[in-house]
Order: sequence, then structure tokens, then C-alpha cells
Amino acid sequence: MLSLSYDLHIHSCLSPCGDNESTPANIVGMAYVKGLDVIALSDHNSSKNCAVAKEVADAYGVTLICAMELTTSEECHVLMLMPSLEKALELDEYVHQRIMPIQNSPELFGEQLIKNSDDETVGIEDTLLISATSISFSQAFPLAESFGGVALPAHVDKSTTSVISNLGFIPPDSTFKSFEMKNISRLEEFRSGYPYLQSCKAITNSDAHYLQDINEPVNFLHAEEKSAAAVIEALRHPSILQE
Amino acid sequence: MTVNELIEKTGYRPLNVSSGYREISGIYNCDLMSVVMSKGFAGAAWVTIMANINAVAVAALTDMAVIVLSEGAALDSVMVEKAKIQDINVVQSDKPIFETSLEIYELMQNA
Repeated sequence: MLSLSYDLHIHSCLSPCGDNESTPANIVGMAYVKGLDVIALSDHNSSKNCAVAKEVADAYGVTLICAMELTTSEECHVLMLMPSLEKALELDEYVHQRIMPIQNSPELFGEQLIKNSDDETVGIEDTLLISATSISFSQAFPLAESFGGVALPAHVDKSTTSVISNLGFIPPDSTFKSFEMKNISRLEEFRSGYPYLQSCKAITNSDAHYLQDINEPVNFLHAEEKSAAAVIEALRHPSILQE
Repeated sequence: MTVNELIEKTGYRPLNVSSGYREISGIYNCDLMSVVMSKGFAGAAWVTIMANINAVAVAALTDMAVIVLSEGAALDSVMVEKAKIQDINVVQSDKPIFETSLEIYELMQNA
């Protein structure tokens, strides 16, 4: 079993709120410099910068999980981690068909830039990516599984856009086995308030919208090997993860 | 009734009031951003608990007069900065959404 340093929630310049310096190549470069073993690129409702991130990550030897941060119909954020670029792009297409068709206003929300490995803008996403999709919170988890991935409720301790802020409880039909905390020091408070979380693995990520906010390699999880598939498998079976 | 008059009459805490002269045209209630984006209207006093940065962007998009954070919704400092930059009035009420909205409604009827 390997111990891998991770940061599985990072936004690029494709997210309207993501800094324009946070290009996929810069993010991977930063992860390499910091010595992170595994990162995930998780833009709001899109994986369209994952192809270039994967290309750069392969060159640097950083393990990149192609991901997205889904906005459910209840406006809860859910991390969707995919086993491959191909599956991430399939999910991207699936989600794109189910997002509210609202045009982005770059001056209000920010630009949504698709980059190549030289940081050149090769595309602009016109649909506002932070909008809700028609996918419900409960549907998100089997959806991720159907693409061979895994879904985790994002920043459950955040006062907006988390399952707890927006629903007020963990739905009793939940199946997820791992979840994300923004502030891991509040873990016990949340586990006692929401007992479902006691049987789940908690991870903590940067949710970085700026390069400098990407985590140092201080958080670790255990996986069979250093690969997207192995990390996804580990997050499905929290018993083999290190607290 | 203007936003300045609203603050004067209710004592709502001004978190950012950069265009207090804005006239309030009506009251709007919703706590899901994607619905607000399509249904919010110009001049609205938007009574909500949505205290985050995107609320400010949506208020700007729909040209609302003021965001009225109710239930004493916790303030996000990034939101205030954004409100200043985008010239969006934001005030805070400790009352629930219905009571806050009713209070504004009655003031508008008597204005």
C-alpha cells in the first residue's frame, strides 16, 4: 500500500472564479514543484481543461485525476473523480446537456478559458459553468459510478453550496463512502452532528482558485498504486485509507 | 422607497451601500442562485440567505436595488469587496425571510 500526498480539488481558469494564471499547465507545474503525488483538476461542471492537464501531468510524472465539481439541482457541490480522460469527457458531455442554458457574463462572473499546454487560450466556454444542473445530489453518486469513477460531497462544512448548508442533512439514501472537509479541524463536530459521516473517510483539499492556494504535500491517503483508478478505488473503500 | 430610506426606517445593517439612492421596485425571495438568475428583476429588494460572492454577481446581472441578507446570514468578506466593486447594495436583517419581506412590503405600501 502506498501513501500518496494529494490535493483533489483544484480549479483552473475554466472556472469563472478561477484565476487566469491558474492554467492547467501551471497547476500541474505547481503540483510538481510542491511534490504532490496526486492532484485532481475539478472545474465547475466541466472537464474541458483536463486533456491538456493530463498531457502535462504525464510529462511531469504527476498523477492527475480528471474530475469536475458538479453543481446539483439543489446547488450542492459534489466532486466527481473519473478514472480516465475519456470517461471525464463523457461525463462532461452528459453534464453539459443538463446545465441551465445561461450565458456567462465574463465581467460579472469571470472568464472561462480553455488552454493548451503553452497556456494559450484555445477556446472560451460560453455557458455559465457555476449554474445548477438537473442532476440531483442523490443521483450524482450512482452517476459517477456508472462512469467508473467516484463522487464525494464537497466541503461539507462550508456555509454555502454544501450538502449540509443546502439540504440541512445527509439524505438517508446516501451511498457515498468519502467526503471532503474544507476545515478538517471541524471533523469531529460534523461527525457527531451527522452520524452518517462516522463511517466515511474524510479528506481535505485546497479548493484552490489561485495557484498559490494549492496544498503543500501534507495530506496523505493510501492506495494500491499511484494511479487515478487506485485512488478512486481507495475512496470507495474508506477502511483501507489512513485517517 | 429608496435603499437609504429602507435602512433609515428598519435599522438593517448596511454592509455595502454605494448607491443608496436606488429606488426599490418590489420584493423578491429565492435562495437558489440559478432560479434568481432567470427570475430576479430590476430594482428588486432581494431578501435571501445567500451570503456568497455569486449572489452579488447575480444581483448585478439582474440589476437589483439591494440584497437583504436575512436571518442574520453570516457575512463573507469577499462578498463585501465584490459588492463594492460591482456597486451592489447589501444590507443585513436579523429577522426571518418572511418577516423581513413583509416589513419592506408594508413600508412600500405606506411610502
